[in-house]
Parts: sequence; C-alpha cells; structure tokens
Amino acid sequence: MLLRVEDLHKRYGKEEVLKGVSFSLEKGETKVIIGPSGTGKSTLLRCINRLTEPDRGRVWLEDVEITSPKVNINRIRAQIGFVFQDFNLFTHLTALDNVRLGLIRVKGMSKKEATARAMEELARVGLADKANAYPAELSGGQQQRVSIARALAMDPKLILFDEPTSALDPELIGEVLAVMEDLAKSGMTMLVVTHEMGFARTVADEIIFMEKGVIVEQGPPEQIFSSPKQPRTAEFLRRITDLYGGAR
Amino acid sequence: MGLPLPPLTLEHWLSVWSYLPTLLQGLSVNLALLGGLLGVGFVLGVIVALLEVYGPRGLRLFAAGYAWVFRSIPEILLLLLMWFGPAQFGLSISPFTAAVLALGLRSSAYQAEIFRGALQAIPTGQTLAARALGFSRLQAIRYVLLPQALRLSLAGWGNEFAVVLKDTTLAYAIGVVEVMRQARYIGSRDFPLTLPAYILVAMLFLVVTYFGLFLLGNVEKRLRIPGLEARR
Repeated sequence: MLLRVEDLHKRYGKEEVLKGVSFSLEKGETKVIIGPSGTGKSTLLRCINRLTEPDRGRVWLEDVEITSPKVNINRIRAQIGFVFQDFNLFTHLTALDNVRLGLIRVKGMSKKEATARAMEELARVGLADKANAYPAELSGGQQQRVSIARALAMDPKLILFDEPTSALDPELIGEVLAVMEDLAKSGMTMLVVTHEMGFARTVADEIIFMEKGVIVEQGPPEQIFSSPKQPRTAEFLRRITDLYGGAR
Repeated sequence: MGLPLPPLTLEHWLSVWSYLPTLLQGLSVNLALLGGLLGVGFVLGVIVALLEVYGPRGLRLFAAGYAWVFRSIPEILLLLLMWFGPAQFGLSISPFTAAVLALGLRSSAYQAEIFRGALQAIPTGQTLAARALGFSRLQAIRYVLLPQALRLSLAGWGNEFAVVLKDTTLAYAIGVVEVMRQARYIGSRDFPLTLPAYILVAMLFLVVTYFGLFLLGNVEKRLRIPGLEARR
C-alpha cells in the first residue's frame, strides 16, 4: 500500500470539515475524489502532506507515518507532488527555473543535472519551447502543465491534484487533462479532486464520493456512475450532469 | 535685519569653483556615509521585516517596537545620542561610525516597512507551493519570498535612497568632515563665498540624486519580470 489515510479529522472553528476520512491508495493507482463544494476535499488533500495540520487521524506513506510529530515533513513533502487549483508557479522565475528550483535546493542536484531533468519534464508536458517564459507570459493551461512538470521532476511517489482545471477557461481544460491522463497511464500514483466527470469516468481506477466531511461511497467508476448505491451519490451526479453536461 | 553679506560679484561666482575639489572630497564622505547607512539599514531592515511578518509573537512585538522607536526620534537627536552615548560608557567610536550607525538604524526602520509591505503583498499560494515541494520555512523565504519582495520594494527603496542621501549632511552636527562642513570652511575662510559655496553644494546634490535614481531605474528595468509588478 502506498498511501493509507486513517480516520482524518479537521475542524475550522465551529465547523468540522473532515469527520473521519479513511481510504488507501495502491502504487500506480489513480483515485478521483468527487463531491459538492465545501465538502472538505481540498482540506483532505492538504492534510495528507500536512500543508494543513489535521486535528486527528493518521496518514502513512508506505511504512512512514507522515502524521508522526517525529517525521521530517519537508523530506516527506518532497516525495509527494502537489498540483494547485491556481497553479502557484513562482512568479519571479521562468518555467525552467520553476521546475528545477526544487531539484537544486531540496534534492541537492547540480545545476546541470537539474536542468537536464527539468527539460525532460517540460518536454513531457509539451512545453520545452516555453522553458524561458515567465508564468505571466503563459496561458493558464500552460501554467498548469508547468506546475505538473514541477511536481513530476521531483520524482514523487504520488501526486495530489487539487481541482487542477477549475481555474481554467473551458478551452484550456483539455490540454491539462490530456497530460494527466498520460501520467495515469504511465503508472503514476494519483489522487485527484475534480469536477471533470469525463476524466473521472475514463481515467480513475476508483471514485471516492465525499459529502459533508465524510466518504459517502467509493467504487469503480462504472458502478458509481451507472448504479450508485447511495441516493446522495445519485443526487450529486444528477446535479453535476446538469451543470457540466455530463461525462464526456 | 539679516546677515551683513557683501554684494556678490561675478568674480565670487567664478572663484568658488576653485574649491570644487575640496567640496567633492567632502561629498565623497557623504557617499561613504550613504553606502554605510544603506548597508546597515538594508540588512537590519530585511531582518526586522522578516520578524514582523513571519516571526513568533514575541519577536513580532520586538520588531514593531524597534520600528516605532527609530521612526519616532528625530535624526539629529539619534546622531547626538549615538555620538555621546557610547562615549559615556568609555566606548570611543569615530564620528563617522556614529553617523553610519545612527542614520543606518533610522533607515532600517523605514526600509523594514517597505519590505514588510512587499512581503505581505505576496500571495500565500507562493509559500504553499514552496512548502509542498519540500522547502523549509527558511528556504521558502530565501528562494521564493525575498526575491519577489525585494523586486516589489525597488520603487519604495529608491525613495528611501533619495531621502537618506540628503540626511548624510546631518553628520555635520557631530563633526564629520563632509560636504556641508567643507562648505562652511570655505565660508569662514572667504566670507563672501558662503552663499556661492552652499549653492554649489546644492547643485552637487542635484547631480548625485539624478544619477542615483537613474542607476536605480536601470536596476529596476534589468530586474523587471513580466507580470510581477502588475500585481501591486
């Protein structure tokens, strides 16, 4: 088992955002988390690499307990890629420098080695020719692809995607989803929060439906989309189909 | 009743130029003071700003208090305190050093406010992205936040430069032989030259400020990054 999440709780003031979430992820697996907004999906992802500290519960990456106070969290985070909804590329650095900064400063690679590695990943997301462009000179879709390259270059054990296409114009969503689909096929372990039902249906090995801080239902896409066991899952899928035009 | 100044002739205006080397020598002391005080102010200013924004509560309060103290006390008073203070405790420092410290401490308080504003203008997503890559807090500051903040600070910093350049003349008060004192010497040696000497000094400051800001403008252009300054 690559990732194990056990009984995760998180409270913001009076509101309990995560009310005991447990699941696991095998190596090479892609799981997609769906559910209404404000259900704690993003909080869940951030609790996994402790960008947000969970109040209770435990997380393991292979046999290392991430939530242990003794763990070197920086070393763990370097092994977990994170792709943000609004990209968060370093605005003062070119695409190339965005991708290689972590290699040099966190992984201690030489500049030469890091450059080669970074160019490799930029090529993989189809942006080798944009290596010297600054984030502001790139479209949203290109920025998100650079941020995926930045995560990939670190050679992570898994990548967490937090609504990676929600901030994009509709015509730019496709290029990002295509990169993610290739990644999933290449055997990358991925945990993806998204509203893209088409992507969920075709790429996910398993769908997790979350609502109000708990996992309501999980299972293979076929089952979730065709014959959900829980009425709340069915209700959510009906609503999102109306909104987004269904599973493409 | 004003001062009984003799009428100025063209000869006075011409002869004051013979003192230009002396005045330039004085000005070089002002520039040395400027370099020293900006250096002290920059280093301390960055530290204070970082403490104000990222420090634990105790240090944040300390930093805020520091900024308050050095922005409240008149500069001339700071100079005198820095000159007489250490001497009282048997520490002898030169007037030049005292001036660099006094003006540098004051400048650090203002520079800290410039850097603090810039640091706070950086979206939190930048920190999150750095931490998610495995950067420590310090690494995130060193490689992501400070480089952005310093660029955002350049315009405000240029203003501070223009202000403190002129403040170096206050070192006159504690006996530093800088350009104002040199001008004063000229006046006492050759009384009718008092006004021409001061006017010449004023011209020198016009020139230095012009070139200083021109240089800073070039630095700003060279460091300009598409989209970074647009966020302000």
